[in-house]
Amino acid sequence: MSVQVPPVIVGAGPAGIRAAQALVGRGLRPVMVDEAPRWGGQIYRQPPAHFQRSKKALYGWESGRADAVHEAMSGVLDRVDYRPDTLVWNAEAGHLDLLHQGRTSTLAYSQLIVASGATDRILPFIGWTKPGVYTLGGAQVALKYQGCAIGSKVVFLGTGPLLYLIAYQYALAGANVAAVLDTATLADQVAAAPALLARPSVLAKGLYYLAWLRAHGVRLQGGVRALRVLGDARTEALVWADARGEHTLACDAVGFGYALRSETQLADLLGCRFRFDDLARAWLPERDVAGRSSVPGIYLAGDGVGIMGADAAEWAGERAALALLSDNGHALDAPGRTRAAALERRLAGAARFRGGLERAFPFPLRWADQAPDELVVCRCEEVTAGDLRRTVSSTGATELNRLKAFCRVGMGRCQGRMCAAAAAEILAHCSGQQPAQVGRLRGQAPVKPIPFMDCAPADSLPREESA
Amino acid sequence: MTEKRLVDAAIIGGGIVGSSAALALRGMGLSVMVLERDLCGAHSSGVNYGGVRRQGRPLTQLPLSRRAHGIWGRLRELIGIDGEYLRSGHLKIARSEADLASLEAYRERSAGYGMDLRMIGAGVLRAQYPWLGARAIGGSYCPQDGHANPRLVSPAFARAAARAGADIREHCPADEMEHDGQCFTVSSGTALQVRSRFLLNCAGAWAGTVARRFGEAVPMVSAHPVMAVTEPLDMFMTLSLGVEGGGIYGRQAPRGNCIIGGSRGYAIDACRARPGHEAIAHVLQRSVELLPALRHAHIIRAWSGTEGYLPDREPVIGHSATTPGLVHGFGFAGAGFQIGPAVGEVLAELVRDGTSTTPIAAFAISRFADAAHLPPEGGP
Repeated sequence: MSVQVPPVIVGAGPAGIRAAQALVGRGLRPVMVDEAPRWGGQIYRQPPAHFQRSKKALYGWESGRADAVHEAMSGVLDRVDYRPDTLVWNAEAGHLDLLHQGRTSTLAYSQLIVASGATDRILPFIGWTKPGVYTLGGAQVALKYQGCAIGSKVVFLGTGPLLYLIAYQYALAGANVAAVLDTATLADQVAAAPALLARPSVLAKGLYYLAWLRAHGVRLQGGVRALRVLGDARTEALVWADARGEHTLACDAVGFGYALRSETQLADLLGCRFRFDDLARAWLPERDVAGRSSVPGIYLAGDGVGIMGADAAEWAGERAALALLSDNGHALDAPGRTRAAALERRLAGAARFRGGLERAFPFPLRWADQAPDELVVCRCEEVTAGDLRRTVSSTGATELNRLKAFCRVGMGRCQGRMCAAAAAEILAHCSGQQPAQVGRLRGQAPVKPIPFMDCAPADSLPREESA
Repeated sequence: MTEKRLVDAAIIGGGIVGSSAALALRGMGLSVMVLERDLCGAHSSGVNYGGVRRQGRPLTQLPLSRRAHGIWGRLRELIGIDGEYLRSGHLKIARSEADLASLEAYRERSAGYGMDLRMIGAGVLRAQYPWLGARAIGGSYCPQDGHANPRLVSPAFARAAARAGADIREHCPADEMEHDGQCFTVSSGTALQVRSRFLLNCAGAWAGTVARRFGEAVPMVSAHPVMAVTEPLDMFMTLSLGVEGGGIYGRQAPRGNCIIGGSRGYAIDACRARPGHEAIAHVLQRSVELLPALRHAHIIRAWSGTEGYLPDREPVIGHSATTPGLVHGFGFAGAGFQIGPAVGEVLAELVRDGTSTTPIAAFAISRFADAAHLPPEGGP
């Protein structure tokens, strides 16, 4: 006889919240595990409870959506087993391993929705580890969660829609934005326009940010290449190049990023099948239109399974919950089926739009070629681009896990979450392969570092071999 | 179109045993091909704990282990890298008077093998190794044992063999094996067919399949030792550590990461294993008991591998009892890394001379002759 366990949702961002709402609506009481202290995810991260600044001031245009998502969660909070401040550090068939306030515990599941979100995709440049250099996401968290800017004169660098959104949010909050430097060109954006029309309101918002920044005198520069940060103890200037040559721009902080990277470790530990996604230039877990992974009972939603943005995450979270319900004996009624079809249509539109974004803000294909040998790629283990190249030539490594084994790239505290994308690019480039061919780092527990547990000595030890 | 090759010796498995056998055979001037299903040194040889230890082995293994100790001393010359090999000393800890008596008895029995074991009492232990937990009351110290980085060392043996002229084929499973009374024919899919006078079975946890193919099944099971590694810490562990009776072991790599092992993981398929959460918790708890300094550290990664174990925990090394030219070297029960290079040399001697200069009678496959009728091997 099996005991029924409630469905589990990992992540309390837009996808997780809409999933919870849909499950509660059908009378279920899901468990919701989230690493953050308050719900909202990264995109709608809430400030600490005593915080005074309004959402309007923190999110700008997005505050309406943030309100809606936050209120959706507030509305079901009494019917959700909500576990904030809780890291899922391992996932196996039938249970998750949790870490909360320094203690581990185990949570059983039979159906699981993973909405694990994303972090910045990092393509390093010289000086990226200096004090004063942040990722775009980090810069946004500083603003949303702590109400502070990363510097008094900030440059934003990289590519992707987040670049302009965060510049706008910083400028709106009163920060001095010295420049927005985009590796994409105006020609890229023009070429992308037809696909971006799939979501005219979002396109309009993007154009609004650009116009607003321009109107407020913020320098916007396309077709750039980041060279280095100047300054010894901290950031004093950024050196960048374009077709006209090198330029030096005084600043005390840099926010940089190249779109986002899905957090896929849990899906990997759960045994989900992955495929290489050309748009993302990354291996992503497979899922059907409803969010079913290759493993029965495991559903995937939101940016953790492919970057589609916050609105699409809401739709995917709700759609995955409907799939879970129908697989769980709660056959969808006619309005449920209509809703599911509408969500799928919206997601298809979001996917077309996403293709346009990739055209508008393309991956800087020459990055690996141009990365200097002295560039630190893996900051945890201090592995440089030159180390990677030398390892490839001395060992013949052609696969990413092998490269990791030989030179420690991705072997430190972050387990490759920050450096694997860049390392894969360099490996592919210097071994004459496509990024798809170099593979991906194997997911290994713990997903993030966990403390040794404070345990009383055990009395008897099992007799085993010693190595 | 099938590629056809003729070599003196074909080796199944590119772990540390197969690769060092290939290197030794090349040194004798014989032609060699290694067929490795995945990447050389990617399984147990590359993901083990990294202990390079003679102390604690059964006396039967000490001649081999002593020979290996000499090879490790020439590591850089042999494979071109230092592999983070350190003769740090190895301390086997006692937690009871009975443990101490057992260590002392081992010291006496193994006295002829050049390990220079020294018993350490509680006072010296506290004074010299203040970072050890309170349950350690003494131990046995082997000054020249140590540790190395297996993910560097084992693949480097394969590269050294390749530089010496061995034909190393990775992603090349040996799917079919035949013996016509004179010669072996090994096929990898339809892509490759290699003929050889000798066939070396160095297939690690999967070697039982090869042995059974030639009518000598062995009762080998797979098991999955669990390892975990901390973030880099200030250097404090000057030794590689074991515990009398087993259960936990630890070392600190030059980078500062502490590597600790113990407990058992589980298989997720025929080739891959992982640590379960209970095994990880077990390792963490036991290592804090041994090393209280870890109480405030974090582990950043845990892993497991697939290793072959025979019931007596001794390997199979030597000629096949059924098939002339077939030579076995497998089943190292989680302790093959240190002796692997010596086993490789012994296998090469068996090919060239028919006999080994190092005693290996205890490892004959014939000790499992009764097991020839066994059903296919299962789990642990």
